[in-house]
Amino acid sequence: MKAKIVITPKKAVVDPQGKTVRNALEQMGYQGVAAVHVGKYIEIELAPGTDKGAAQQALNDAAHKFLSNPIIEDYKLEIE
Amino acid sequence: MNFSVLQFPASNCDQDVIHALRDVLGQSARYVWHKETSLGDADAVIVPGGFSYGDYLRCGAIARFSPVMQAVKQFADHGGLVLGICNGFQVLTEAGLLPGALVRNRDLRFHCEHIFLKTVTPDSPFTNKIPAGKLLKIPIAHGEGCYFADEETLAKLKANNQILWQYCDVNGNLTDTANPNGSLLNIAGVCNERRNVAGLMPHPERACEPLLGSDDGKWILESILAALENKIAAKAA
Repeated sequence: MKAKIVITPKKAVVDPQGKTVRNALEQMGYQGVAAVHVGKYIEIELAPGTDKGAAQQALNDAAHKFLSNPIIEDYKLEIE
Repeated sequence: MNFSVLQFPASNCDQDVIHALRDVLGQSARYVWHKETSLGDADAVIVPGGFSYGDYLRCGAIARFSPVMQAVKQFADHGGLVLGICNGFQVLTEAGLLPGALVRNRDLRFHCEHIFLKTVTPDSPFTNKIPAGKLLKIPIAHGEGCYFADEETLAKLKANNQILWQYCDVNGNLTDTANPNGSLLNIAGVCNERRNVAGLMPHPERACEPLLGSDDGKWILESILAALENKIAAKAA
């Protein structure tokens, strides 16, 4: 079982990486790119037999407290 | 006075802070390793600059959970003076001891240069000795120094006079070009509501001797000394 956590900058936070990537895509001729947001991807391998519900709860806590900073970032957690 | 200077893996301004405190200001200062659980008999704590834990995940995100930071939290809760410089500022925001967060500089570049600081208020243990109108010429050296806080927090910072320093030009104007990293309101340093914890991105410890191009950083360290002396005098009275 794997947990996948995608962390993205909040809309109110200036994201210079996203802007730079967007500009580069435009210069390369890719059309229709309105905005790019550059974030982080964290993959956590869970030990065999881990309870999915318990893992969901624990990782939500960890993502809120440590893996993301709620002042500047949002996150999405998926366990599969 | 006794200063405790924290050391995390990859702190790199700890020795500069110790030098400024011991050799320039004649104070007693000791290193406190991140695994220690006590700050000893510290009168004040400095969280120095560097790249604690390699800046992995986010700057300061891992350092905040180190054993020594639990001691710093307790020390701050009891009213002890804590100053975070550069990465130390990032650690204190991550730890929730200071409001806001530091994000990537708006031009994505690491800035290493002297800047000018306007001191917003003398009303703090970190600014009380700075003469009115005196601009501080102090170096910065960071890639993630863009101060961010939501509008509600910014309003609170203003209302409580918690903004201590702002980036300005040589004439003291808060212009956009004088802002090296895109910080909101040109914020270079803030304090907590109780005013005993502060952080700033510039490095006062690197500007304590004329040989280094400026000794304006001494005003900040001397403010801490004056605040500690007042505290002792108040206790004795």
